[in-house]
Amino acid sequence: METVTLQDYKTSEKSWWCPGCGDFGVLAALQKTLVKLGIPPHRVAIVAGIGCSGKMGNYINSYNIHVVHGRTLPSALGVKLANRDLLVIAAGGDGDGFAIGMNHFVHAVRRNIGVKYIVMDNHIYGLTKGQNSPTSDHGQKVKAAPFGNVESPVRPLSLALTAGATYVAQGFSSNQAQLARLIEGAIAHPGFAFVNVLSPCVTYNKVNTYDFYKQMLHDLDEDPDYQPDSRGGAIAAVLEREELVTGLIYHDPGSVAYEDALPGFAEQPLAGRDITLGQEDFLELLASYR
Amino acid sequence: MPKSLAWMIGGDQGEGIDATGDVFGRVLSRLGYCIYGYRHFSSRIKGGHTNFTVRIAADRVLAPQANVEVLVALTQETIDRNGHLLLSGAPLLADSQLKPVLPDGCEARLVEIPLTQIAREVGAAVVRNMVAVGGSAALFGLPLDAFEAYAREKFERKGETVALQNVEALRRGHAFIEELGLRGRFSLPAPRPRERYLMTGNDSLALGTLAAGCRIMAAYPITPATDIMENLAGLFPRFGGAVCQMEDELAAITLVIGANYAGARAMTATSGPGFSLMQEGIGLASMAEIPAVVVDTQRVGPSTGMPTKNEQSDLLAAVFGGHGEGQRIVIAPGTAVQAFEDGFEAFNLADRYQCPVIVLSDLALAQWLQSVENLPLGGHAIDRGAIVAQEELDRLTGEFERYRLTEDGISPRALPGMPKGQFLATGVEHASSGKVSEAPQNRISQMEKRSRKLDALRARAGAIETSRMDHAEVAIVCFGSIVGAVDEAVELLRQEGVRAGRVQVRQLWPMPDIPLATALGGAAKVLVAEQNATGEMRQLMRIAGLEDDRYRSLVHFDGTLLTPGRVVAAVQELSVKEGV
Repeated sequence: METVTLQDYKTSEKSWWCPGCGDFGVLAALQKTLVKLGIPPHRVAIVAGIGCSGKMGNYINSYNIHVVHGRTLPSALGVKLANRDLLVIAAGGDGDGFAIGMNHFVHAVRRNIGVKYIVMDNHIYGLTKGQNSPTSDHGQKVKAAPFGNVESPVRPLSLALTAGATYVAQGFSSNQAQLARLIEGAIAHPGFAFVNVLSPCVTYNKVNTYDFYKQMLHDLDEDPDYQPDSRGGAIAAVLEREELVTGLIYHDPGSVAYEDALPGFAEQPLAGRDITLGQEDFLELLASYR
Repeated sequence: MPKSLAWMIGGDQGEGIDATGDVFGRVLSRLGYCIYGYRHFSSRIKGGHTNFTVRIAADRVLAPQANVEVLVALTQETIDRNGHLLLSGAPLLADSQLKPVLPDGCEARLVEIPLTQIAREVGAAVVRNMVAVGGSAALFGLPLDAFEAYAREKFERKGETVALQNVEALRRGHAFIEELGLRGRFSLPAPRPRERYLMTGNDSLALGTLAAGCRIMAAYPITPATDIMENLAGLFPRFGGAVCQMEDELAAITLVIGANYAGARAMTATSGPGFSLMQEGIGLASMAEIPAVVVDTQRVGPSTGMPTKNEQSDLLAAVFGGHGEGQRIVIAPGTAVQAFEDGFEAFNLADRYQCPVIVLSDLALAQWLQSVENLPLGGHAIDRGAIVAQEELDRLTGEFERYRLTEDGISPRALPGMPKGQFLATGVEHASSGKVSEAPQNRISQMEKRSRKLDALRARAGAIETSRMDHAEVAIVCFGSIVGAVDEAVELLRQEGVRAGRVQVRQLWPMPDIPLATALGGAAKVLVAEQNATGEMRQLMRIAGLEDDRYRSLVHFDGTLLTPGRVVAAVQELSVKEGV
């Protein structure tokens, strides 16, 4: 194992996040986990979306690609397929993942792509200054919905579970130790690993605050009666508590990643492979058009 | 005019019309003829009229023929719709079961042939079309054994019985026509056998991308681009690659960007509606300077338009689509050989210029069969463009400067996995380090850097191709699949004493204004022919300064492929009105 330090993962960039933003906790937990696992920065690719959370890549000295709004997961799949030796982490917010990018979320789940997906879920649009997000509570009043949110929130954990996710966890940005553990589990998991992080927006969300979560969250990791090995049990548990839980919610030990299921797909990274087509192969292919 | 004959088979969709046309064309190709196989169809699976025409010649033809010599009709609708294409006395082979009737004014010779009955006697109703193929072989005086050999080869895997039924169907059809005394009713010119393949542009383009080292293809099914995905899905597993059928085109383009960023060669293929969805992603590739190859197989738009009909109306969207001002390279093949070349070259351009490359194909090129000669792998070499050397990264004391300002605007990139090469690739405006910057001076220098990358392409060799332009008084400028029709028109015009020539624009953006100005310099008239309503290529030429009082437009946008006759008429009209 190479010696990797926290310094290796820092950049010279000054943070744009508001003081107290939950995303600081997510960044720190991620950096600590990468250091703990001894993964050198050049072996990590982070694919970030648009929004406050999308700035993640600006502050972490790995390979970073900051894509168009909502498309982190297909881009991340592209990175993974090109170089399957990389640790590919997709990071974004609840708007990026569950509104404009919802389509891709469900499909990434059912494909079981070898990408780790960290969502910083603050239940609000922060960067556009406080509109409801798809996870905002029913009734939440904001400038764009002055009479209250008439929509029901997306339930990311239930959604992932019913779509067939093989690793589902939820962390809280204040609980660094648990979050780091959940990210570590995600990295070890073959296939798609979803870590939803409740990451309060201190500027625009006056409902889902640190205090709110400290009161409401139930830690399944500490619950002796909970076993994260049953999809049905996991669905029941998150429904019962309206998703106000933390910990490892579900884990399928038999998970096979998309890139391992693809027929004939190269076991070594495509990037760097000899891609020349041999004359014999070419003529053989041409012959089928006679 | 190349001496050619055309054979058409028509019926309802789902009756194996395409497959039958494919058999007839392929056997003729093996016999040494050049083939152009084109079809008429609609966006449905079963029912509705469809037809497939095989144009047969000794030399290469790449355009539909105005009339047909033989029509095989499996439905009365086929006769009603297409009977007029037959010249007086030409045979119309119709299944007796139809109790076929010729429409008023149709002077074809109706030949009733009991296709269905013979097929039943042979033991399988599905071989009906092969009875018609056998009969057609007799009409053209073609050796039946070539058809039999092909049928055996094609149906071998379905078992001995099926193969024998097909062979018997061919023989019975052949014998029937022979007994009527119609054998050799048409004599084909002597064939010129040589190594030749029968391919669509989608086939050859897919092969070109494979040869270029493309190993990832992401797409969402759409007519007429889907064959590219299907071809590669069959090929890639053998070469370690993968085809990903995505949930939409937004996913397809962004997957391609991710894969190229990480050092693989990846592509997507779509048509108009999907291309519209990809525009935001294409902008990201321009901004973050990530190679990306996008094939847009054009069809009639806007919106769903006419999905199975011809048009070249995505050109301005290819060049200017999307918000902001991003750099793209747009190339357009016109033949299957060019589709192979462009499928290959697109990846070299994308890697060399670190930007999106759009290959503008179109329906006729994409889906219609044509004879292909000279498809050498040898003439093409893979060029991955500027990638920073690991030794250089190892020597760095500070951060890797991904978007360093260089004289030609091209900055070497690092690929994920290379130690000390980490950088941020972002669609946000950035400084040379990759870090986000909104500083006015930086904005100007990065915009100018990205823009000057493409300057050299204005004079790129191969950006245009000319034919018969020596001392030409009328230059016909075109792009895409209509090059075949234009070339044929040029020959027809020359036979009439009009000194016409053709200029095909293969690189539409950056517009190759320098070679074009030279090529068009001596012409008294310049006719810009294109399959859209607003003269999109002419608009681009105008932007590039290629416009004066010699320029005229021929626009064609009824969904059919432009014919040589229409081009000839347009030039003749110019001569009459303006005295060329």
